[in-house]
Amino acid sequence: MLFFIETVLSGLMAGVMYSLVALGFVLIFKASGIFNFAQGVFCLFAALTFVGIMEKTGVPWPVSFVLTVGVMIALAWAIERFLLSHLVNQEPIILFMATIGLAYFLEGLGDLMWGSDVKPLDIGLPSGASDWMLDTFDIYVEKLEVVAAVVAAALVTGLAVFFQKTRIGRALRAVADDHQAALSVGISLRTIWVIVWSVAGIVALVAGIMWGAKSGVQFSLSLIALKALPVLILGGFTSIPGAIVGGLIIGVGEKVAEIYLGPFVGGAIENWFAYMLALAFLLVRPQGLFGERIIERV
Amino acid sequence: MLYREAGQFKTTYDADQAIFPIAQDRWAVIAFAAIAFLVVPFFVNDYWTNAVLLPLLIYGLAALGLNILVGYCGQISLGTGGFMAVGAFASYKLMTSFPELNIAIVVLLSGGATALVGVMFGLPSLRIKGFYLAVATLAAQFFLVWLFNKFGWFYNYSATGQISVPERTIFGLVVTGPTAAPWVKYLFCLSFLALFGLIAKNVVRGRIGRNWMAIRDMDIAAELIGVRPLQTKLSAFAFSSFYVGMAGSLLFTVYLGAVEVTEVFGINVSFLVLFMVIIGGLGSILGSFLGATFLVLMPIFLKNFMVDGLGLLPVLAKHVEILLMGLLIMGFLIVEPHGLARMWQILKEKFRLWPFPY
Amino acid sequence: MNAFVEPATMPGSGVAKGEVLLSVANVSLAFGGVKAITNISFDIRKGEIRAIIGPNGAGKTSMLNVINGFYHPQEGTITWRGKARRKMKPYEAASHGIARTFQNVALFKGMTTLDNIMTGRGLSMKKNFLWQCLHWGPALKEEIDHRHRVEEIIDFLEIQAIRKTPVGRLPYGLQKRVELARALAMEPELLLLDEPMAGMNLEEKEDMSRFILDVNQQFGTTIALIEHDMGVVMDLSDRVVVLDYGRKIADGMPEDVQKNQDVIDAYLGVPHEE
Repeated sequence: MLFFIETVLSGLMAGVMYSLVALGFVLIFKASGIFNFAQGVFCLFAALTFVGIMEKTGVPWPVSFVLTVGVMIALAWAIERFLLSHLVNQEPIILFMATIGLAYFLEGLGDLMWGSDVKPLDIGLPSGASDWMLDTFDIYVEKLEVVAAVVAAALVTGLAVFFQKTRIGRALRAVADDHQAALSVGISLRTIWVIVWSVAGIVALVAGIMWGAKSGVQFSLSLIALKALPVLILGGFTSIPGAIVGGLIIGVGEKVAEIYLGPFVGGAIENWFAYMLALAFLLVRPQGLFGERIIERV
Repeated sequence: MLYREAGQFKTTYDADQAIFPIAQDRWAVIAFAAIAFLVVPFFVNDYWTNAVLLPLLIYGLAALGLNILVGYCGQISLGTGGFMAVGAFASYKLMTSFPELNIAIVVLLSGGATALVGVMFGLPSLRIKGFYLAVATLAAQFFLVWLFNKFGWFYNYSATGQISVPERTIFGLVVTGPTAAPWVKYLFCLSFLALFGLIAKNVVRGRIGRNWMAIRDMDIAAELIGVRPLQTKLSAFAFSSFYVGMAGSLLFTVYLGAVEVTEVFGINVSFLVLFMVIIGGLGSILGSFLGATFLVLMPIFLKNFMVDGLGLLPVLAKHVEILLMGLLIMGFLIVEPHGLARMWQILKEKFRLWPFPY
Repeated sequence: MNAFVEPATMPGSGVAKGEVLLSVANVSLAFGGVKAITNISFDIRKGEIRAIIGPNGAGKTSMLNVINGFYHPQEGTITWRGKARRKMKPYEAASHGIARTFQNVALFKGMTTLDNIMTGRGLSMKKNFLWQCLHWGPALKEEIDHRHRVEEIIDFLEIQAIRKTPVGRLPYGLQKRVELARALAMEPELLLLDEPMAGMNLEEKEDMSRFILDVNQQFGTTIALIEHDMGVVMDLSDRVVVLDYGRKIADGMPEDVQKNQDVIDAYLGVPHEE
């Protein structure tokens, strides 16, 4: 029983990470209808830049963090200026392919600038088992994962406040609802897109740091993005609560499946189980976790 | 001046519906085919077949298959790598279980097996659409690669997990294995591509092709005029997977000879083939070939240019190559989102009207 | 050059002219808590032009969607050619001879006019997959035969010049006409037209009205149409059913409906008392 709880807890922690990456996807999809495949590479690129700046200049991590945020905002601006503004009104699949191109570009750029070796990321985040949990409940929990969960929760709360309470947040929701209508009441789409891509970049930075602290900054970081995809089909492409709950479900589901189901079929089912889970779920409920029932009209 | 339509009158619907209604096009295609079949085989060597021609032909076939699904039926798939793996492993099992089976039949049967698998993973397409479906097809990609990696039966319990091709002949000529002559391999793949290119063209301009496009353009209206959605989508999945499976089979048997599933059929292949389709032109048979040509040749040029021309280290060149590849794709989509096929069409249009602008 | 097509070339159904072809009895349709249609009954007789009118949101389009199987009503029965039918998929309705055009043009944008109309012939093309691969012999003959039928429709609607044009490039009025052509290619027994003249200018409306009358008279096709232009409705239709807030408020000859007080109140506007 304790072991089961441990499994679920570690699944939840991994799920938080998936949620963070999925959140970046959802933000961009909501605001611009673009399926941003580069979100995973964003994490890698942000983490590489973060570590790279610390290595090359020796500045403390908060300075590097601020600098990296600056880089991500500049990147968002460049993406809007040089890529998106030329692809207005194209088919979604064209925009999707463009973000894959972007993913290649950033991957090459990150490697060129900072090298492709695995980099340890150590900014003094606590590691090892949480003694308190071990003593009180006899359960093994990584401190780092607790920190990650807390940071993620804070980030999501911050975003929620940003979207609900600020003027920019309101404009963002207007754009998400209807591009044309938003334009007609004088909201600048370009500004909104830069802001959204910046926010997604910052979310990616946070996710990248958390993953990097756990297993080093390396190419495989961009592959978590692939793990965030089933989270998206489960939670819906436009639902922030969906991304969070979906991430947790996928995280727990895949850990539990790996341990209790894996041995029967040869193991290593983590790679595809999340997809199958999401797929099976969609077959029962095509609108996803939080979507409304789809009424098709002609 | 030479490229004119004027004076060519069509008196039957048959002539009007021909693949190449303009006489000059017909001659150009016949000349091209004659060179490809009768002249090129005398000049090919190992380098040209292995580095350029075989990948071009095989990826051309895969891109053609994917284009049928994505470009004609509008169902995005990211599972191409997995489906190619099905073709490769089906070939391996068939060749090792039935040694007397002709290699051409092996390739066809492998395509058939892949079509079955494709239909299975196409089932969700009835209920989910667009990017949701795209992500769902990733399930096929990961699941299939895992399957072929995990269960020894598929690779006959070889210690390395690799599969390697036994030697097979066609018309007395060795076509698979290390002793096969380059021109035999080339002609074998070329024949498949030419034959199935023609078949694809025939299907897409008939009833079934029109139904696919109807589903792509407006699925609800299609259903209301009598197109059965499930049947139509599944037939596209089957037909497309058949081509992709044959491509996987040829890749393994004729081109590579030995395959380790996670290396050769990873998700990168899925993206590569999708790129070929998009850059070539969605919903265009010619575009599939153009896209495959472009993406097979470009890395070779980039590599030659940077390593031999600029003297960069291969590792560095690899990074630059990835970066440039990304840039080129983005640039290409900005310049011509409808792909090389559209560029070709516009060019021909210009020729037809030359010297007048319109 | 109007090619005259013999009515005999359209499929019969065993329902004689003037008899009830389709009847809707006590149909109710709701989405969650929202009632779109409440307890509506009416019939459509073979060979007539039946208009369905009502203010926006009255449930007209939903009614058409129910008839061709796109929505499934929670209550009520639909009788087609004298047989009550159960839940039916849209493509089944299509194969039973119910064709449809849409309020917002629903053409296949990436295809040419010719291909769009050929798609409408799909149901009566029988050659299987292998023949399609060959595109030769019987398959080619079938294709050409159907091309002949399609060319007849193209002549009938006078859209010869845009045969090979991708429909996405056509102006709105022509798109509507191509959509009608596609529906006609199915050789339907019942043709449902959802606002066939919306957004057209006077000249285009006259053309379209002419085509609708011609279809009805030359092919003997039964037509049910939704239209907002009262002049058109009064001139074209044999009988009119009026909906308001998902309920039926009147049913009868155009001139009777025009005089009906409920209809005037609901739809034509309450006259001001001076």
